Amino acid sequence: MNRLRTIFLTPAALVMTSLFLAPLAIICAYSLLTRGAYFGLGLPWTIANYGRVFDPLYGEVLLRSFALAAVATVLCLLLGFPLALFISRSGQRKNFYLNLVILPFWTSLLVRIYAWIFLLRDTGLINATLQKIGLTHAPLPMLYNDGAVILGLVYGYLPFMVLPLYATLERLDPFLIEAAADLGARPWTALLRVIVPLAAPGIRAGVVLVFIPCLGAFLVPDLMGGGKSIMIGNVVQNQFTTARDWPFGSALSLVLMAAVMTLLLVLVRRSGEELL
Amino acid sequence: MDSGAYILELRDVSKQYPSHKAVDGVSLAVERGAFYSLLGPSGCGKTTTLRMVAGFETPTAGDVLLNGSRINDLRPYERNVSTVFQNYALFPHLTVRGNIEFGLRRRGERDLDTPVREVLELVQLSGKESRSPAQLSGGERQRVALARSLVLRPEVLLLDEPLSALDPNLRKQVRSELKSLQRSTGITFLFITHDQEEALSMSDRIAVMHGGRLEQVGTPEDIYQRPRTRFVAEFLGAMNWIDGIGVRPESTHLARTMPESESRRRAGRVENCVFLGNRIHVATRLQNGALAIAEIHQGPECWNAGDPVHVWWHAADELALPAENA
Amino acid sequence: MTRRSAWLVAWAIGVYAFLHVPMLILAVFSFNGSRYSTWIGFSLDWYRAVFHDPQLAQSAWNSLVIAITAMLISTVIGTLCAYALWRRSSPWVSGSLYLSLVTPEIVTGVSLLAFYQWIFRHLRWHLGMQTVILAHVAFSIAYVVIVVLARLRTFDPALEEAALDLGATEWQAFLRVTLPSILPGVVAAALLAFTVSIDDYVITSLVAGVDSETLPMVIYAMARRGISPAVNAISTMIVFGLGALILVSERLREA
Repeated sequence: MNRLRTIFLTPAALVMTSLFLAPLAIICAYSLLTRGAYFGLGLPWTIANYGRVFDPLYGEVLLRSFALAAVATVLCLLLGFPLALFISRSGQRKNFYLNLVILPFWTSLLVRIYAWIFLLRDTGLINATLQKIGLTHAPLPMLYNDGAVILGLVYGYLPFMVLPLYATLERLDPFLIEAAADLGARPWTALLRVIVPLAAPGIRAGVVLVFIPCLGAFLVPDLMGGGKSIMIGNVVQNQFTTARDWPFGSALSLVLMAAVMTLLLVLVRRSGEELL
Repeated sequence: MDSGAYILELRDVSKQYPSHKAVDGVSLAVERGAFYSLLGPSGCGKTTTLRMVAGFETPTAGDVLLNGSRINDLRPYERNVSTVFQNYALFPHLTVRGNIEFGLRRRGERDLDTPVREVLELVQLSGKESRSPAQLSGGERQRVALARSLVLRPEVLLLDEPLSALDPNLRKQVRSELKSLQRSTGITFLFITHDQEEALSMSDRIAVMHGGRLEQVGTPEDIYQRPRTRFVAEFLGAMNWIDGIGVRPESTHLARTMPESESRRRAGRVENCVFLGNRIHVATRLQNGALAIAEIHQGPECWNAGDPVHVWWHAADELALPAENA
Repeated sequence: MTRRSAWLVAWAIGVYAFLHVPMLILAVFSFNGSRYSTWIGFSLDWYRAVFHDPQLAQSAWNSLVIAITAMLISTVIGTLCAYALWRRSSPWVSGSLYLSLVTPEIVTGVSLLAFYQWIFRHLRWHLGMQTVILAHVAFSIAYVVIVVLARLRTFDPALEEAALDLGATEWQAFLRVTLPSILPGVVAAALLAFTVSIDDYVITSLVAGVDSETLPMVIYAMARRGISPAVNAISTMIVFGLGALILVSERLREA
């Protein structure tokens, strides 16, 4: 009985240890090395890389990453909350509306980002149409700035906010709202003072599920930010490819991991539903 | 004690969990071909005892013997006992036939048709082999569960409260069906229930359990009429306790006047009459404050609240049992 | 409580538009006769271009091979793992699965790259299809486990006991009773693993070799250069193809 269970667990344990934990351990080690001549690695052991992470040069990137992720998260919350409310009140069609939000997420983020590029770039649809109508004479720079990145982040991760919000709102006792009305609360008051506080666990979960991936995002800032709106993920990728400074890239990765882990520990006090 | 006659024996079996002792030193012996019931309230340890016989729990002390050999360490699939689960646990992805064949296939039996056909006839489900469990009624599902186990000809058939999931009006009928099934197959049944009427009506022998311990073992009459502890007396039926003496309501009689010499009587006032269809329960408040219930049939006497009355009983109906701590 | 004010409905329409209109526009323009953003006329040119592009064909093939292989491996490993966790929890395994879900893809990618290079000094390997497949298995197992575990939690453990009682060993009980019951969940998990794999860019781009370019990598390059509208065609195909696959997976999960 226990033997079977151990046998069943072993392949997964092996894969996770060798292909996930070991690699993490390796970049832990690399983060303490120095950039060498050949393959980007060499002695001595040092913690200088971590110091560099907080350089003004990279500090700006860190700050921007947090700021963009935060703004995107707030926007997702503002956009997603009413939507989740809408879905939770849709009776029979709940699943349909839910799928309408979630489905896009699972289909190629890359392609969907490209759809925005098609719309927003200088030769894109929006600019072409505006110029054709005569509203503008030169293309509006809608891509390759912080705003575009925020747009992309919201676009990409909105479903992650809607899902937990919906899960919480759906379980809300509709009689609570009727009770509030019975006691004299207008719809807006009921919303602020009854619904939102009760949806707090969902809001917390949504914030975690959006902010963290946004922090470590790569594709959105890369494609929609150009070189102008760089986030941590882009720098890490750069260090491991073009710049070939693996120790520094590793240190940066671990700082990102540390930020993610800290946020999780702080925000996820009690995981209501154990996924794993 | 001739071990040969006993198909199943439990010798001082205990099951200790970190938080509590579920079964505490239970010893019993089941005769071959008997309908043996374990009776007790929820949490008394009867289910745990059953699971130890089936092999899903291991005793922390004591021995479980099947046909004289110790089976404590055998896995469920190594024991020739079979369980009918409380919710039947029919495999939803298999038909009725598939369910019944399951155990036979595990044994590598070649001829499946004959045993399946025979057992379906036995439980009166012929013609329903291709149905899936979802298409069956509760009673039919129970019969499939029975058939599935019986077809393997186990030494002992373990039944875990098989009637509790059925409609109440169905239960009486199923009770007699189960009883005749047991008689005709001759297989030993170990039946657990919390319903004393079930146990009394079906069993050859009853073992009453309480708090993990065995309170009393005996025939239905033994247990009902000669209970050895207060718990057994009260669990098997209603009891009046009058100054330490126990009398069942059906043995408690009422009279307006009684000769002074009669000692087995108490004076009191009628408190209320409850009409129960085929009988009436008359509750009398005695002088010492206790309430005594007399079960009478409809008759010429009419009792009203406030009437002075005497309750009386025969010596033979007395049960003198010491009071217990809870 | 199905009262939805007009505001709510309007808001919902707005958000849905935000989510879906860009892709719909892209789909429409994939049928555009011109390569520019003005609508000329209906044309299947770009779809033809897709099918005639050797680089696209090769990368699509690579993606398919990788996704199917990774899907098969991670589904088997993940299902067994989910079953083991369902019987008795293992903080170690659950923890690392959870960690793999919250770790940013870029970090997983670079750490795998570092790991591979470190190994290659000892083994005579190089980056290629196998490194990509292994990477995909690593990050998709967690998804498989989540889906299968969710399904297992609706499975009645008494059924396994009944199987044991009737003479089946633990392995036979799993194979003949548990697995058939959770099969829709396993298939749903497999489809999910497939989707996650075929769509991955970040990790794949870091650990792919010269000979193992995948479709997302090609699309990324095309999106960056911004030249050929064949991207529009292939994008449309991918989104609607994967969308259909996900819908099937959802249906199975609820089966």
